[in-house]
Amino acid sequence: MIRPPLPRWLLLPVTAAVVFLGVPLVALLARVPWARLPALLSAPAALDAFWLSLRTCALTTLVALVLGLPLALLLSRGKGRWAAAGRTLATVPMVLPPVVAGLALLVALGRREPLGGWLAASGVDVAFTTTAVVIAQTFVAMPYLVVSVEGALRSTPDDYAIAAATLGASPTTVLRRVSLPLVAPAVASGAALAFARALGEFGATLTFAGSLQGTTRTLPLEIYLQREVDSDTAIALSVVLITIAALLVAVTARFSRGAWGQP
Amino acid sequence: MRRQLRAGLAATLLLTACAPPSSGSGNTDLVVFAASSLNPTFATLGKEFEAAHPGVTVKFSFDGSAALVDQLKAGAPADVFASADKANMDKASTAGLIGNSPVQFTTNVLTLIVPKGNPAGITGLDASLDNKLLVVCADGVPCGTATKKLAAALGITLKPVSEETKVTDVRTKVESGQADAGIVYVTDAKASGGKVDTLPIAGADKARNSYLIGRVLASKQAPLAAEFVTLITGERGQQVLETAGFGG
Repeated sequence: MIRPPLPRWLLLPVTAAVVFLGVPLVALLARVPWARLPALLSAPAALDAFWLSLRTCALTTLVALVLGLPLALLLSRGKGRWAAAGRTLATVPMVLPPVVAGLALLVALGRREPLGGWLAASGVDVAFTTTAVVIAQTFVAMPYLVVSVEGALRSTPDDYAIAAATLGASPTTVLRRVSLPLVAPAVASGAALAFARALGEFGATLTFAGSLQGTTRTLPLEIYLQREVDSDTAIALSVVLITIAALLVAVTARFSRGAWGQP
Repeated sequence: MRRQLRAGLAATLLLTACAPPSSGSGNTDLVVFAASSLNPTFATLGKEFEAAHPGVTVKFSFDGSAALVDQLKAGAPADVFASADKANMDKASTAGLIGNSPVQFTTNVLTLIVPKGNPAGITGLDASLDNKLLVVCADGVPCGTATKKLAAALGITLKPVSEETKVTDVRTKVESGQADAGIVYVTDAKASGGKVDTLPIAGADKARNSYLIGRVLASKQAPLAAEFVTLITGERGQQVLETAGFGG
């Protein structure tokens, strides 16, 4: 069956939307000091920020997978009030203003707060460490993985899992051999989204972890600093972030197309 | 990046709506771009300026001096610019953004602050800071440049655990007790009230920051902008600034 065509007047708001989304990115690219770009990007501070961001985001994605997958599995089976509460808890960090996430982490894990103070006394002092960066990133990024995987699990028919269980497979085997492979594309795209969100994390890191070259100053924090010091460097680094983000989104889209129910 | 976004947004709005926002009902806006450290002081003086000039609304944009210069360069509509150091005012002047020759209206010096009660037992810029969590401003922003200059003048090496972009970020990290000590402006220490203890730095005078103010060349409110500058440099302005700890 051929789909009926869309009305032509839609082109007007569509053009507006494309201009709205495209103009800032084009404006930024137009301001890039291309000739100085290699020099700006190979500065020690820029390289340190780049590698720190990649390292912390990889670690964040790993933690998000280890903790987020089980949560997504449980939530996908949940019904009623508790599941709703769990789902809210798992999604709220997604929509929190970054600075609020940072404040929440600070109040929970700050050195002068009950929990943070107890941790510090037991020798786990995360203040101003790379660990604090990973904690901040995981707090805001894990929800993306949970939501992505839970959604996929819910829209996956139970037939195969039921068949496997009927044939005598243990719950772990069903999970490992049937349920998880079925949602593998969603896991991959959720992990890519979590990585992308961690890469852009700024407010919570700034509020909670501090800013020191090679230890806590990730790419967004370096951009924030260079905006005050040398705006050309800030723009050059922004291009790096945009490139990585675009790649991650492309990866996500690639996996989403292969998701359950679609060719 | 935010500036570019804003510029892009504005461009989009103009492209799609073709109608620039119109100003209110005969009211005049005076837009003042001022360094973050001037925040409570200038806001107070702005209220007084409004009271003395009915129909005038003073609107402030408080940000890092360098960020403000960038915004001015991009054509942000401002009438007055007040910088926390000479370097950034020079940048604005060189770019032909400032109308008259800018004037120095106050100064600021650095001080050491510790959380209330000084839990880490800091005694000053000395060995008591070893293995303690010291937070400073990053080199390149006015307070960080001053910190670097001061350390050099005093012949000491600082080992901070964090170099913040804004002096207020140093302050809040000390206030919350995350950091054991921080180097901020005297005015920040004062604004912090009872949340921090202040340990004056002997020789802080060796790195004194100059604050400069000037009328923005593109301002359509030149007389009003000049009057605001006069308020700041005049007796009342100086009085409020001194109360906040400036010039001390």
